[in-house]
Amino acid sequence: MTPQNLTRSLYPLVGIVVILALWQLYTWLSGISPLVLPSPMEIGSVSIKRHDLLLQQTWPTFIETVLGFALALLIGVPLAVLVANSRLFNLVLYPILVATQSIPKVAIAPIILVWFGLGISSKLALAFLVAFFPIVVDTAAGLQATPPGLLELAHALCASRRQVFFKVQMPAALPFIFAGSKVAITLAVIGAVIGEFVGSMAGLGNLVLAANSQLDGPLAWAALVWLSALGILLFAAIALVEWLMMPWERASQH
Amino acid sequence: MIDSTAPRGPEQPRLGGATIVSPADSPRRAFGRFENVHKAFKRPGQTPLTAIETVTFDLQSGQLISLLGPSGCGKTTFLRIAAGLIPKTSGIVEINGAEVERPQPDFGMVFQQPNLMPWRTVLKNVLFPVEIQGDADGRAVQRAAELLSLVGLSGFEHSYPAQLSGGMQQRVALCRALVHQPKLLLMDEPFGALDELTRMEMQDLLLDIRAKTGATLMLVTHSISEAVYLSDRVAVFSPRPARIADVIAVDLPYPRRPEARYAPEFTELEHRASRALGITR
Ligand SMILES: Nc1ncnc2c1ncn2[C@@H]1O[C@H](COP(=O)(O)OP(=O)(O)OP(=O)(O)O)[C@@H](O)[C@H]1O
Ligand SMILES: [Mg+2]
Repeated sequence: MTPQNLTRSLYPLVGIVVILALWQLYTWLSGISPLVLPSPMEIGSVSIKRHDLLLQQTWPTFIETVLGFALALLIGVPLAVLVANSRLFNLVLYPILVATQSIPKVAIAPIILVWFGLGISSKLALAFLVAFFPIVVDTAAGLQATPPGLLELAHALCASRRQVFFKVQMPAALPFIFAGSKVAITLAVIGAVIGEFVGSMAGLGNLVLAANSQLDGPLAWAALVWLSALGILLFAAIALVEWLMMPWERASQH
Repeated sequence: MIDSTAPRGPEQPRLGGATIVSPADSPRRAFGRFENVHKAFKRPGQTPLTAIETVTFDLQSGQLISLLGPSGCGKTTFLRIAAGLIPKTSGIVEINGAEVERPQPDFGMVFQQPNLMPWRTVLKNVLFPVEIQGDADGRAVQRAAELLSLVGLSGFEHSYPAQLSGGMQQRVALCRALVHQPKLLLMDEPFGALDELTRMEMQDLLLDIRAKTGATLMLVTHSISEAVYLSDRVAVFSPRPARIADVIAVDLPYPRRPEARYAPEFTELEHRASRALGITR
């Protein structure tokens, strides 16, 4: 990390510290009930003290998110390939995709619950539904943005469609697929939590609701902290895979 | 720098088994035949756009012919027809005894832009054609490495294109076009995007490579001096729709050295080309 980078990442850190300090000061001075607004220190200490419970509840949310995201990738990428390579699929599928995307996911969550039950699969389905769209759209955009010069080069060398796809289009689309995946994974966390809110027996979203109903404000907030940590961690994991899979991107930066 | 005037004895390294033919003693049989090539682009809701009216010339084996013409006259279109990338409207395009109707695996192509794949290293970019054609064996790797060293890029095999200058990228593109030992090398303003100095270096490099591989070359250019310096023959295209305005035989001996650019014969040939282009009278 260069000194410049270091100072750049220091700025938001300073901002966070200031906000937390003001928050802490406010809870002290106002004497507000911890159910309404617990202090950052209290949230912090609960986040650590009750890590057994929190970790246990993170697991189902993690599984729902990751499986939902993986499914979105598994179905979304091939679908994007069809949309990008076939005029028919582009004309038929794309409007349908956009139309389904306009349905608010929160609104269909209860229906999904009826279909898939209270267990993990309904959350997985919701995570899938929200993660799916950015993956399809970005992958299709990436495939269609393959530089025409590279396609002509492959064509001039008598490359087969298969070779063009795997050796030219796919690598060219990779940065787009990762951009979509980063959006998708954070959305997948939200999808899983929506599912847990509507009806569940476990998970961090479930814990937020349960703590709230037991008037345990600090625990509800601690669950929130863990939830955002989960989101950041998953995002970082995608960024790491991207870093590993695209060495040429790092090579060009220096 | 690579010295194109260096004597080439039998002890010279062979380019991965390619026959080394000096252009002077190669047999001059017709390798390519272009007869009344005509191209009109269909335009929806409009009359077709005639890009090439009629173009006729022969291409001799081992020769280097330049297609010289004003911007938009149909040079790229003609080259793409010769490469089998787009269909002609009428006429004959025959190369190596066969009608060209689709891309040919034994052609090499250099585009106006390097067109390198950013995700492949230099060596992997050069190996792309042999990989597509399914013979990326050890010999091909060795050939690629030899070509890279020939263009002065030894040590950059594992760099990525983004780490190279424009001129270096175009040299990689040149290696890529040669790695599968093509019978015909088609080049579309390969040095057009380069600065004058790099451009002249690349021209000497091209002559050197041509001498070592004996490849037949067809090169599109805007530049009169480039056309004269490189070519055995210059086919001058008229403004669109293209016709052949003149075919100029350049009888300057190879190997050519940069000094040749200042010889009176050179200037005379340049003048003839510029007359054919309608620039001077
Ligand atoms: N795919 C196409 N569809 C329709 N018209 C085209 C197409 N490609 C080229 N043309 C037209 O054909 C004419 C010749 O184009 P071409 O690219 O061959 O010119 P050029 O001689 O290579 O020009 P330059 O030196 O500027 O590259 C132009 O008028 C162009 O508009
Ligand atoms: Mg052109």
